[in-house]
Amino acid sequence: MLLIDCPFCGKRPELEFRYGGEAHLARPADPADLGDKAWGQFLYGRSNPRGVHAERWRHVHGCGRFFNALRDTTNDRFAATYKIGEERPAIPEAEGAASA
Amino acid sequence: MSASCRLNAGGRIDRSRPLRFTFDRKVYEGFAGDTLASALLANGVHLVGRSFKYHRPRGIVAAGSDEPNALIAVGSDVRFTPNLRATQVELYDGLVAQSQNHWPSLGFDFGAVNDVFSPLFPAGFYYKTFMWPKSAWKRLYEPKIRAMAGLGRAPTLPDPDNYAQRHAHCDALIIGAGPAGIAAALAAEAHGARVILCDEQAELGGSLLAERKATIDAKSAPSWLADAVAKLSRSAKVRWLSRTTAFGSFPHNMIGLVERLTDHLAAPAEGRPRERLWQVRAKEVVLATGALERPLVFPDNDRPGIMLADAARQYLLRYAVKPGSRAVVAAAHDEAYRAAIELAAESVEIVAIVDIREDASGPWADRARAAGLPVLSATTICGTRGRHRVSSVEIAPCRPDGKVGARSRLDCDVVLMCGGFTPTIHLFSQARGKLRFSEKLNAFLPDGGAEGIRCAGACRGISGLDAVVADGVAAGEAAARDAVGGRIEAVHAPVPLSEDEDGGRLEPLPHHRSPHRVKAFVDFQNDVTAKDVKLAVREGFRSIEHIKRYTTTGMATDQGKTSNMNALGIAASALDKPVPAVGLTTFRMPYTPVTFGAFAGSARGNLFDPVRVTATHDWASAKGAVFEDVGQWKRARYFPLKGEDMHGAVARECQAVRQSVGIFDGSTLGKIEIVGPDAAEFMNRIYVNPWNKLEPGRCRYGVMLREDGSILDDGVVGRLASDRFHVTTTTGGAAQVLNHMEDFLQTEWSGLDCWLTSATEQWAVIAVQGPDSRKVLERLVDDIDLSSAAMPHMSVREGHICGVPTRLFRVSFTGELGFEINVPADFGRAIWEAVFDAGFSRAITPYGTEAMHVMRAEKGYIIVGQDTDGTVTPDDVGLSWAIGKAKMDFVGKRSLTRPAMTDPDRKQLVGLLPEDPELVLEEGAQIIAELPADAKPKSKDAPIGQKMIGHVTSSYFSAALDRGIALAMVAGGRRRMGETLFVPMPQGVIKVVVTNPVFLDPEGKRLDA
Repeated sequence: MLLIDCPFCGKRPELEFRYGGEAHLARPADPADLGDKAWGQFLYGRSNPRGVHAERWRHVHGCGRFFNALRDTTNDRFAATYKIGEERPAIPEAEGAASA
Repeated sequence: MSASCRLNAGGRIDRSRPLRFTFDRKVYEGFAGDTLASALLANGVHLVGRSFKYHRPRGIVAAGSDEPNALIAVGSDVRFTPNLRATQVELYDGLVAQSQNHWPSLGFDFGAVNDVFSPLFPAGFYYKTFMWPKSAWKRLYEPKIRAMAGLGRAPTLPDPDNYAQRHAHCDALIIGAGPAGIAAALAAEAHGARVILCDEQAELGGSLLAERKATIDAKSAPSWLADAVAKLSRSAKVRWLSRTTAFGSFPHNMIGLVERLTDHLAAPAEGRPRERLWQVRAKEVVLATGALERPLVFPDNDRPGIMLADAARQYLLRYAVKPGSRAVVAAAHDEAYRAAIELAAESVEIVAIVDIREDASGPWADRARAAGLPVLSATTICGTRGRHRVSSVEIAPCRPDGKVGARSRLDCDVVLMCGGFTPTIHLFSQARGKLRFSEKLNAFLPDGGAEGIRCAGACRGISGLDAVVADGVAAGEAAARDAVGGRIEAVHAPVPLSEDEDGGRLEPLPHHRSPHRVKAFVDFQNDVTAKDVKLAVREGFRSIEHIKRYTTTGMATDQGKTSNMNALGIAASALDKPVPAVGLTTFRMPYTPVTFGAFAGSARGNLFDPVRVTATHDWASAKGAVFEDVGQWKRARYFPLKGEDMHGAVARECQAVRQSVGIFDGSTLGKIEIVGPDAAEFMNRIYVNPWNKLEPGRCRYGVMLREDGSILDDGVVGRLASDRFHVTTTTGGAAQVLNHMEDFLQTEWSGLDCWLTSATEQWAVIAVQGPDSRKVLERLVDDIDLSSAAMPHMSVREGHICGVPTRLFRVSFTGELGFEINVPADFGRAIWEAVFDAGFSRAITPYGTEAMHVMRAEKGYIIVGQDTDGTVTPDDVGLSWAIGKAKMDFVGKRSLTRPAMTDPDRKQLVGLLPEDPELVLEEGAQIIAELPADAKPKSKDAPIGQKMIGHVTSSYFSAALDRGIALAMVAGGRRRMGETLFVPMPQGVIKVVVTNPVFLDPEGKRLDA
């Protein structure tokens, strides 16, 4: 079971959280300005990387807050968790590199 | 049979505590400290079961959790437990054990005909045979195969025991309490680490429990062990757990342990948990899990009495049991000699040590020869004899090219085999550690890559007691250093792998017989032979994962502990590839089977999933209500009178609401209070509806979408003040709606000043519906004018009912004049009863969810999730009117203009009237446009060759209309009003007419009655 470091509460077991999909996908200020293709990309296009993934989690059975996390999809290690609105932190290469 | 195989002295059994037990109803005696396996061997019993596929007689092979054959059922009645390994079942007085997988008896088993007909059952036989005729599969083949398959008999009664669960944290978790694990625990403790040490056996010690001459730190092995256990027991930093299996490794160094607490007791204290599941978060993990001995693969290597050499040595030294009196020892590894020498010392006749290796020399062979044991080099085993116990083996010299010479027979009553050792790397591999293949050791060894997990001792290929202990010390120190930090100077380094390691053998022994006729078993538990593995390769399987699944090798309950490496060796040579190029199958948890009880813990029955009941639950229960589950809620479905079925009850309940007044518990509706200066703006963005012009005191039916334009949820929203909304959601949607709202509020619109609070459980909701509802309520409401002028349809007032504060809504989900009384949940029952009493003279009728569904369908009101799925837009269900056309944006708006969302052929909500008014369509039934040529298909499976254009979403018998009605989603449905469509069913095709989905009172006059 993953151990997730909620930026508001500290480390808690995965069971207290709900996954929230990819992070840093800002909703366009005026969706009507987007063409069908661009809007389709916003709705469904996801990066799905092998390696570090910026993603949202909600501490649903805790403080209820959404936050962002950097997780390596190859080994489930969390490199960082940070509050919504904060910049995606830079992580050292070694830590972020996906292990083959 | 007397306990003739027991030595008079030695071993770790307690001869002062004899224990009686039964095996297949026969009474035997053993001692405290015995396992069921050792006690049976002490009584000369080798035949303990029948094999899975061929029903061949089988005996005890191993001495630990790797045992493939001796699966035994223990206990009786409610505590009957099948498929336990006899080698792990501790003996207690009165233990009742039974053999498995035979009929009528272990000695004579009809199923053994499978062995004779085995050419019919090659690997993957069920994919190849039983193909014809097709219809026989379901009626004949499948039931027969199912009846034959399966190991043991599943218990039929509920488990009477309870199971505990615990979380624990430590600096170092050390798995395996053999010499390496104990040394690691002592070292880690000495450096200040908090340690948990666990071992699957009853006693700590591992291999030390079968050592008598070895010394550690100048102490004899038993006294070193006793001192170590005493030291660990005294330390406040150490928790050691025996009878505890580390069964799985999970992310972030969480290890699952299962501790068996009572299975070894004759009479456990009442209420004591049977097992305890530990979820241990360890900063560092040390695996000291040892290595497992491999059998040799030779013809008929599965007779009772053929066992692993080191297992035999353990029976001798730990349990003082002689596994036989005349032994042939089959060696591909020097450990076999050690066993032979120890057994000879206890006057077991060693008929011969048959060594497959070309030159049986070296210190162990020399010692054996010095002890007078006959050693035969370059000799193979071509076969064995003996029906219920091995009686002889056929040996022959063999050349390096595999050619076999003249055969001779050796009489014996036990055969000991040692093919080498396989390091136990299950947990390391589960933790995604990397493995490398050692040609020298013929074994996969841990090679880093698992963070916070290190291996020590035999599980990383170290052998020799001194080396193993030193390696344990080094691992314990390193774990303490990494976990505790600080300045621990590691004084010990991990022991390097020795250069002259002995890897044993991964290939079958050569023999003279036809390879198609012999059975040389690789996987004893699943009855997989060497020829099965070769057959799989011949038939084109290349990946070891596919070979495994096709032959089922390694897929039994032992997960191939004794068989995987041999199967891999055979597959590699058949594929003509080196072993590492073929690779290893994935290790999966659990290491040994874990009971469902341990995983479930206290989460059984009502504790498995919380049961939510409303304030009127007991009242409804007392009235005889039939409940249904809606999510976690129990909701009253209908209230049958004596002798009434559901159909009658629902018709009566509907009629009462339509004609006078009914009362309904709507408390399970989700409720969210949205408060703040920006509440209305938030509502504008999250719902399709406009909210700015909704005055306080008025309600609106709200629809919200996902960003992709599909309907997420709906519900009535009341505006209590300019900055306060009382939102209702569907019963099942409450949590996801709140999550959806919080998501946008927290991550997209964090500038909006408003708050979302779940109020579902704070309010009890009593719906009072029907033409007489106002008259009933007028008698109870103190300070609200209920008249139509003062309180029109879709309005909300705050006031008091029977003195209790209320939010009173005038809303209707039935199409009748109606109210929904919200009162604090604690007053729900009292107000419900007050309303019921006040309506007595008007025959107020409690109604359930079924009548509610019928009445809303008569009005064409949708239920989100029943009439809609994740693809339905507001326009599809006729809700375009709800959309705030002037709004620039709301969640989902942009998606509604995508081309696919405006296609005129999208499925749309319509009503359906079956031509036969008595008929009620089946929900989910498919709809076609043209009458099929053959109106009554010949068989259920015959295709009708038509395109499905829609499906029935809701269907009921309407008492008000005296006919069946249905709602359906039909392609271009609104263009099809009046058309006849068809619903093909197994009984024939049903004609239906498309209508407006509002069946009753389309003008809505009754709402304002």
